[in-house]
Amino acid sequence: MSELLDLTGAQAAEKIKSDDVDPNELFDFYRDRAAQEDLNAFLWLPENGDRPEFHKEAPLAGVPLAIKDLFCTEGVPSTAGSRILEGYRPPYTATAVRNLQDAGAAMLGKTNMDEFAMGSSNENSGYGPVKNPWNHEYVPGGSSGGSAAAVAAGLAPWAIGTDTGGSIRQPASLCGIVGLKPTYGSVSRYGMIAFASSLDQCGPLTRDVTDAALLYKHMVGQDPCDSTSLQHPEQIEIPTTERLDGKRFGVPPELTGEGVEPGVKAVFEQTLKLIEELGGELVDITLPHSTYGISAYYVIAPAEASANLARYDGVRFGPRADAGDLTAQYEQTRHDGFGAEVKRRIMLGTYALSSGYYDAYYGNAQRVRTKIAEDFTNAFEQVDLIVTPTSPTVAFKLGEKTDDQLAMYLNDALTVPMPLAGIPAISIPGGLSEDLPVGIQLAGPAFSENRIFEAAHALEQAIGWNPPEAPWRR
Amino acid sequence: MSGELSTILDHIETIGELDLDGVAPTSHVVELENVLREDEPRPSLPREKALEQAPDASDEGFRVPSPSAHA
Repeated sequence: MSELLDLTGAQAAEKIKSDDVDPNELFDFYRDRAAQEDLNAFLWLPENGDRPEFHKEAPLAGVPLAIKDLFCTEGVPSTAGSRILEGYRPPYTATAVRNLQDAGAAMLGKTNMDEFAMGSSNENSGYGPVKNPWNHEYVPGGSSGGSAAAVAAGLAPWAIGTDTGGSIRQPASLCGIVGLKPTYGSVSRYGMIAFASSLDQCGPLTRDVTDAALLYKHMVGQDPCDSTSLQHPEQIEIPTTERLDGKRFGVPPELTGEGVEPGVKAVFEQTLKLIEELGGELVDITLPHSTYGISAYYVIAPAEASANLARYDGVRFGPRADAGDLTAQYEQTRHDGFGAEVKRRIMLGTYALSSGYYDAYYGNAQRVRTKIAEDFTNAFEQVDLIVTPTSPTVAFKLGEKTDDQLAMYLNDALTVPMPLAGIPAISIPGGLSEDLPVGIQLAGPAFSENRIFEAAHALEQAIGWNPPEAPWRR
Repeated sequence: MSGELSTILDHIETIGELDLDGVAPTSHVVELENVLREDEPRPSLPREKALEQAPDASDEGFRVPSPSAHA
């Protein structure tokens, strides 16, 4: 059975097509592993023996896929990690999931997450925290913590998640796997339960870069149901490059210096050496406004969330608290259904949007966003890609930052500038510090996913990420 | 919770250090062309399916208590 566990998603698809692996056996194998897990990574799994339909001839050939619970899946519970959607079974499926199913993916289960994707540790889930498979006393990161933990622990060959300020890349970093936040608009948001609509974008969480490219290739596409979606100008290719000759990598002091802990810095510096050994060139660049990213993000994201979450009122879906008249019912339903962090962000957002404060908060945050995007545009005139650590720290202990929200927010300082500018970025495992994984982030201009995959693939080959103590071996 | 919110707002106010006069606020991160489609009717979600998940529904709509307890 361990041979099945050794296969990446792409390898499993090939083995199914060549009749060397039985897709039903593969599905049952992962369903059983997921059913016996002790990480709290899954919120829903099919009953034993229930297997989704798939086309073996399709590119993904029935390989099981774990899906963050933020995606609506028809007839299957979709909670967004919130008690306010407990028991909700959507009447339709998100376009990104539908695209992957059309390409042959078999839905393995729905993964745990921070409530409405608000969090960096998965401790804000309404259904209990997820544990980091490397060490169960540590957080897996968030908000796509269940998807990241499931892939890292070998409970699923691959998964999808969503990233608003780092929610794919940071848990990928903390769990030692690959995670891509694509160009805004390249994947439809239809059926993705909305958090901050101008930032939200879904993407793959996988064991390697090849798997990330393969899943992304089958997620992209303009969707008439999402007017912000776009046709990707390039065909997505599976990367093969092993060299970085002639490629220029920008190193911004703002995202590589202050706040980055020594163990992470050491792995980052080793990676810079590897880039040069592979023929790449390191270039000093500056992103002077990126240090204001967290400030802008914590205005824009809560402001948009406060509008998006107004729909949860106990009228059309989800549980309802009976409390007399309609207004009391709204209040009680929200009081019971939303967790503390969600309430905090609704208050921040409504405050930032309130009359008299709107321009000082929301208007200025959107101006900072323009400056951050200009910084990236200027940098990409000099370099092909930007390289930074993904997270300033390795995984932290469960409960360590729950009393200090600002410290928790600052954990996203290196991942927040990219979604503010709408550009893509990947996190790949770079090495270990204190026996925990360290992620390396590569960011590129809008629609440069092929360039990112090629460079990440070359770097991945050179890093040779295959630690003997990795959780998927257990 | 008010203490936590104040700490966060203090951090947000570092934006005030920047000179943002004349900077246009971002409205959309990727340049989009407006593409209009033909206005053709197509089937929407059937009503019974839309009502299926409601905590309380009649045959035709969502049922709610009176907007005012005194009504």
